[in-house]
Amino acid sequence: MAVCVSVIGKENSPLYVWVGSGREELHLHYLAHTGLDVIQEKITSVTKTPGDTRDLYLGLLYATEEYKVFGYTTNTRIKFVIITDAANTTLRDNEIRMMFRRLHSLYTNVVCNPFYIPGHQISSREFDKGVAALVAGN
Amino acid sequence: MAEETVFDFIHMEAVSYVFQGEKVSEDEAVSKLEHMGFATGYRLVERLTRESGRYKDELDIMKYICKDLWVTVYKKQIDNLRTNHQGVYVLHDNRFRLLTHMANGKQYLQYAPRYLAFTCGLVRGCLANLGVTCVVTAEVTHLPACKFQIQVQRG
Repeated sequence: MAVCVSVIGKENSPLYVWVGSGREELHLHYLAHTGLDVIQEKITSVTKTPGDTRDLYLGLLYATEEYKVFGYTTNTRIKFVIITDAANTTLRDNEIRMMFRRLHSLYTNVVCNPFYIPGHQISSREFDKGVAALVAGN
Repeated sequence: MAEETVFDFIHMEAVSYVFQGEKVSEDEAVSKLEHMGFATGYRLVERLTRESGRYKDELDIMKYICKDLWVTVYKKQIDNLRTNHQGVYVLHDNRFRLLTHMANGKQYLQYAPRYLAFTCGLVRGCLANLGVTCVVTAEVTHLPACKFQIQVQRG
């Protein structure tokens, strides 16, 4: 389903980037990080207009000819970015939302591990497995 | 009910653990407890805020601490929240859970800070992860009531 899943820290440093095999990795990294500007914009515009949606899920950030970029941010300023193929029309908004929620649970489990130091890159077999299941769509 | 008692016991054990040994200074032990609380709070808040919407501002976060966090950890809400709107928040708890096991009044007043250090750290850890850098201090004049003062560091 997804071609790239990334977790980005408080100060916009990459904590975890997964790229589907056979994809141009550098380009997807670039797309994911371009999305951060849009996330920043969305977060600050929400604070200006109260009563606006305060959902953690930010929806479609932007789309290029080949890819769609979706964003999500936690209360603790951790950002998640998922990139899918623009050609993939079977993927509904709700499914993307579910993917983000699952990713958030996975991330929470990593943080609650006392051996993980917050802000460091994530290297956890459990997390890898979770992300693999997530992108496989089951 | 059962889970609450488990927390009480582990907290008591943590306090007696850091104070055991011959030459442990009070400051050292308290700061150890505070650090434990910080690590706990930092991680706990990640899990607890998963279902809630994004917080609008600092006051919103403080309300979250007083209501949701306090209910989760201490099974009651904070009784009173005061602020001067310049970064100082005072949380009053008239019956703080971790102090209820001690006799009311002033008899054990000198031991009270030991039982508050963890919570100070907990609050500081939660706020740090939510993006508010602050200093948290506690004050007791009459058990089991106590107040926590949160001083937000700006800039």
